[in-house]
Amino acid sequence: MGLEFIEGNEAISRGALKANCNFFAGYPISPSSSIAYHMLNKLPRVGGVAIMGEDEIASIGMCIGAAMTGAKALTATSGPGMSLYSENIGLAVGGEIPLVIINAQRQGPAIGSSTKGAEGDILFTRWCTSGGQPMIILSPATVTEAYELTYRAFNLAEKYRTPVFLLTNKEICLTRESVDLEQVKLPRLVNRTRTTIDDSCFSNRLKALHEVPKFADIGGDQITRFTTSSHDEAGYFTSNPEVIQKMIDHYAAKIESAEEDITLVKQDIEAGAEILMISYGITSRSVTVAVKKMREQGYKVSSLTLQSLYPVPRTALSKALAGIKRIVVPEMNMGQYIQEVQRLIPKGVEVVGVNKMDTTLLSPDEIIERGVLS
Amino acid sequence: MNTTIDTYLTNEIGPLPFCPGCGHDQLLKALDKALVKLQLDPAKTVIVTDIGCIGLSDQYFITHGFHGLHGRSITYACGMKLARPELTVIVLMGDGGCGIGGSHLLNVARRNIDITLLVANNFNYGMTGGQHSVSTPLSGITPTTPMGNLESAMDLCKTAIAAGAGWVYRGTTFDKDLPDRIAKAITQPGFSMIDIWEMCTAYYMLSNKLKKKDLIDIMGRNNFKYGLVANNPRPEYGAQYRTTYVDTATPERKPRTIKTKLGNNIKRQTGIVIAGSAGQKVRSAAGLLAQSSMCAGLRVTQKVDYPNTVMTGHSVSEIIVSPERINYTAIDTADYFILVSEDGLKNTKSRIEKLPSTCTLYVEKSLDLPHTEAKIIRLPLMATAKKINRLSICFVAIAALVKDSGIISLDAFTEAITAFQKPAAAEISLRALEASSALIQAGQEVDSKNL
Repeated sequence: MGLEFIEGNEAISRGALKANCNFFAGYPISPSSSIAYHMLNKLPRVGGVAIMGEDEIASIGMCIGAAMTGAKALTATSGPGMSLYSENIGLAVGGEIPLVIINAQRQGPAIGSSTKGAEGDILFTRWCTSGGQPMIILSPATVTEAYELTYRAFNLAEKYRTPVFLLTNKEICLTRESVDLEQVKLPRLVNRTRTTIDDSCFSNRLKALHEVPKFADIGGDQITRFTTSSHDEAGYFTSNPEVIQKMIDHYAAKIESAEEDITLVKQDIEAGAEILMISYGITSRSVTVAVKKMREQGYKVSSLTLQSLYPVPRTALSKALAGIKRIVVPEMNMGQYIQEVQRLIPKGVEVVGVNKMDTTLLSPDEIIERGVLS
Repeated sequence: MNTTIDTYLTNEIGPLPFCPGCGHDQLLKALDKALVKLQLDPAKTVIVTDIGCIGLSDQYFITHGFHGLHGRSITYACGMKLARPELTVIVLMGDGGCGIGGSHLLNVARRNIDITLLVANNFNYGMTGGQHSVSTPLSGITPTTPMGNLESAMDLCKTAIAAGAGWVYRGTTFDKDLPDRIAKAITQPGFSMIDIWEMCTAYYMLSNKLKKKDLIDIMGRNNFKYGLVANNPRPEYGAQYRTTYVDTATPERKPRTIKTKLGNNIKRQTGIVIAGSAGQKVRSAAGLLAQSSMCAGLRVTQKVDYPNTVMTGHSVSEIIVSPERINYTAIDTADYFILVSEDGLKNTKSRIEKLPSTCTLYVEKSLDLPHTEAKIIRLPLMATAKKINRLSICFVAIAALVKDSGIISLDAFTEAITAFQKPAAAEISLRALEASSALIQAGQEVDSKNL
């Protein structure tokens, strides 16, 4: 064990390999491209396949095809590529296809500033496809967390048979840090539960709405036929309203009922605090400094850092609200996740956003001045 | 398999769903005959369908089936074949899919991935009302070309061949030998394609009074070849990937880690900004400083900023070194500032103006600085670098910083050089370090002259 000096994108690829990812397809885009370089370099060494698609649509399409045959697939892009992924993300949700998607955020809209950081895709990623089904979205704050959360993203994708997003930022992807990845405590590796030859395909899907169906690999002994069109529990096309509604309820139930299992938060609660900082991603590191400074100045302040953004960790958020009169939500966007917080808070609690989208980090001083002193 | 399979079609969800006389019906029956002939294991065969009426087909076969998005069936098929090479992968796509997914058609042909593409080409979008497609013949009448089609029909075969397709065939659903051709396409290694012309009895056939014999006439009129169009086998991508990349791959070396703590004078978080031009190795030199600091026993972050042009414009690295965990990665008040070029100055001018007197600024002596409170050390960085290596200026600058500031031990610096740099680069860094003593002295002389 010892320290390494690596960027977030390398940590992401290392986390993916640690999770036994064996398929990657992606299209170059700043600031995600070096994830592709690492995967293209490393996957053949472990018998996997990595390929650069002709575009983002082909890349996620190849990942979906590979995942359907049982592979653990990864793709990585940034905002403009997310737009092109959109339709296939809906396919992966409806097809309950395990897949990990990295969105390395950069300044938008559209091309924006390709080499500058931002956190403008929070709600875009949450609502990135038609239909509005729940998503699982994780967000690392450090290079080490990029490693850990990528690994966890694979576990969640496998466990819940769904695409899982790692929502990161140029400021983590391309920032190098001294890290000791071997020290990171990782949970046990999860693999999707597969059908046995006795199961009919998707047999378990509707026993209970929240139940995650078993997976039948394309190419496995259990023949699987899956249509992207509205389908029944066997994967067959249907136009029966009752069945269609059941499937829609199922997609929601399996994610929403797992809120507490998926929740990853870090709490720094101070007794008697009336101010609560809620943050995620790179900005949470500025909050850590701001909280320390404020405490030195005699303020009582608590902090909740979200590593999982969706499903919204309602239970953890509600718990942290006790006694709080002012909530500060700093974000490198014009106020996105704050909307999720506002939904949850009781009357009488003030919610203040500290927002900036000029491509620079929110500094601890800005957070204190605009979030607490103003 | 011990028992012979008589048919690969299944009635599990009913009979085939197509309009009476639809070419898809005949196409699927020809595919069934081809599969019967080949006796493929259904569990090792997958039919991937595109959108359109042909997209309904996969669920009528006893093989694996996957029905995806419009125009993207080739991409799923490629993913499946690459991840699981033992599978036989057959794509059923309409002429509409060849339009919206044209790029995937070109690229699967170019890469030569071993899938079989059967195009159900009925010259229109049959499922959505008969609109014209990339293959609608000139002057064809459709709801979207009510006065006749002005767009030339795409020759799908020539298009695929131009992109590198090895085995390409054109036929019709009326061909007696279509099952054999499909069987040949499936067994052909590499990408193979059959452009199968057929009737859409709901739309195109009616609005254009199309008859069976017209298909061959249209081919002739437009110089579209009928029968085998290309047979030029070449190495398949997946097989090449495995022999070239996987079989010869060496296991990855364990990452080099730092365990040493060779001494430093850093008591609190310290920020060092290095500003220069893209192509000047700002990031590499800053990285070396960071690794040296790690060898000295410190935690480090390196935040980078550069434009999307690579070899022009600015490049700025912000290095934070600290005995403790580093949170905020930007530097609001730098402790040390290195400025080596005009690009760097242009990008950081307002920062330099705000530098406090506690900051030491190491600057290439030819640069005109704005007013600043920082302690300025002007150095002949450019001149020194020229003597060592054209691209060594940032290494010269950080060597000067290490030597002058004493923030980390020289042992840590040389340790990082030998442990992390390639021999040629290490030599440059060591020479930069050697030159730095004289440099600092020269800097002091420049300073005293300025006073």
